[in-house]
Amino acid sequence: MIKEREGQMKAEDVKQARKRDLTEKIVEKIFFICAFMGVLSVAAIIIFVFYKGIRPFVGENAYSVAAFLTGTKWAPRENVYGIFYMIVASLLGTGGAIVLGVPIGILTAVFLVYFAPPRLAALIHPAVELMAGIPSVLYGAFGLGVIVPLIMKISPEVQGQSLLAVIIVLAIMVLPTIVSLSETALLAVPKKYGEASIGLGATKIQTIFKVDLVAAKSGLMSAVVLGIGRAIGETMAVMMIAGNPASGLPNSIWSMVRPLTTNIAMEMSYASGTQVNMLFATGVVLFIFIMIVNVTLSRMTRKAGEKA
Amino acid sequence: MEDTYMIKKTLAFFTAIILITAVSGCGSASVSARATTEEKMKENVTFSASKLSGSVVITGSTSVDKIINDMTDEFAAENPDAAIDYTGSGSSAGIKDTLSGTNNIGVSSRDLKEDEKTDGLQVTVFAYDGIAIVVNPANPVKNISVADLAALYSGKISNWKELGGNDAPIFIVSREESSGTRTSFEDLIDLKGAGGLTGAAAVSEGNGPVQAAVAGNVNAIGYVSFSFMDSSVKALDLEGASPTEENAKSGDYKLSRPFLFCYFDDSASEAGKAFLDFALSPAGQAIVKENGAIPID
Repeated sequence: MIKEREGQMKAEDVKQARKRDLTEKIVEKIFFICAFMGVLSVAAIIIFVFYKGIRPFVGENAYSVAAFLTGTKWAPRENVYGIFYMIVASLLGTGGAIVLGVPIGILTAVFLVYFAPPRLAALIHPAVELMAGIPSVLYGAFGLGVIVPLIMKISPEVQGQSLLAVIIVLAIMVLPTIVSLSETALLAVPKKYGEASIGLGATKIQTIFKVDLVAAKSGLMSAVVLGIGRAIGETMAVMMIAGNPASGLPNSIWSMVRPLTTNIAMEMSYASGTQVNMLFATGVVLFIFIMIVNVTLSRMTRKAGEKA
Repeated sequence: MEDTYMIKKTLAFFTAIILITAVSGCGSASVSARATTEEKMKENVTFSASKLSGSVVITGSTSVDKIINDMTDEFAAENPDAAIDYTGSGSSAGIKDTLSGTNNIGVSSRDLKEDEKTDGLQVTVFAYDGIAIVVNPANPVKNISVADLAALYSGKISNWKELGGNDAPIFIVSREESSGTRTSFEDLIDLKGAGGLTGAAAVSEGNGPVQAAVAGNVNAIGYVSFSFMDSSVKALDLEGASPTEENAKSGDYKLSRPFLFCYFDDSASEAGKAFLDFALSPAGQAIVKENGAIPID
């Protein structure tokens, strides 16, 4: 009797174990499919954009890649497609935003971590988080309604739409990214570093700049790189304040500019024929910039990991 | 150590879930949108002699959206079983959709180009529009010639002094390439002959943004469709002709263009043809007038 029972129990155990294994396998497969979807969509986007973007440069009536990359005039109706001045605009706009936004962002993070009284921090925190959630079209409306008229008052040019307007709005838009990532990086610095520094007689400010910020360097660098990614890809806000001329390199911060993203967004909905493919080609160039940013980021985090 | 690993794993899992939701969400939305369009196209067949039913897909010019939407409302009130589905996608896209059979009727705010004209493609003009040259209300200039306009937009005139205004540089505002208004404007003043659009011109992506740019800058000049003009800007006379409907229709005002439907007889559907008749009827033409465009007669 007892032996029979044991046998039965064993059979049931085996059954249950098998069932469990099966569930494990199914769940594992679901995870795999989920993970694969991300890869698949990225691959699909890359293939689509590159396939469309490379077409105007091959076969009969091929457009010269050099003319495309070095041209400073965009006139689809005359079959002239030059994006050099847009590349310059994107790089200058992003660079300016980083120069302006990074010091403000990192110092905000320093203030939040080391100085802010809890009640003030409780005010600044949600404000920065809210900034990240404001739709970019509202940043554009703010730029057009406030910043552009202000620039018009002091600009030697006749209009306020300018590289400077783009830089200011982008600097505001990258702030939340830089503040929150810098804050995380600073909080991750072991307390004992600072304590040791204070113990050796350094002041609080000396400690922050010579010890904490240095120790958090790799985290701060990723904050900057992600800020660059945000700035270079921004479209809607920039479109409303850049001026978007059809040709010409900017010769000062008062000049109007036409960044790469703006060029795609303004014309894609109406375009047809070669123009569409040229817009995708603009997208390819933008994509290459974004990939450079991402590769830089992963290199940096990997290095930081090795050090730790 | 083990803990952070687990947290990372969980995070990765949730990221994957969010990604998947986003991707599948987008995919199914566009698929179902296409499906409904196809269904709507099929529904057109169900026409009974007594009552119009089914839906009509109209795509094309964004310049006519106010007119078409008002017409649609009134047409729907008279024919509750017939639904008009209008999407503003630009004149070129509307004509292309008609040629490829993905709409019932295309609507354009410019004449068809030679390569768009096809055997059997019907064109019905239902209104005219004028393009107004707008400046800031503070600008003393009142009149401009077509030749000066071409010189200005091609960069040969860059100071208001040359046009009898203040000694101030001109801020030129244009529209994006492939805007129907820009195509009409550049063709009507022969900008290509004058050397094409100057690089000093700003490009705004719509009638509204052009007006905002002009209203916000004392030295700006821009152009908008008659039906979009409001009191935040001042319209210039063109060669002595003021920008009125009569002048645009008579041709005294040089910057005018047609609003037209294009369709094939066999794909327009009964409900679609009824809508075309409605657009040309006194009721339809009254809507054209209400929206600041110019009726056909």
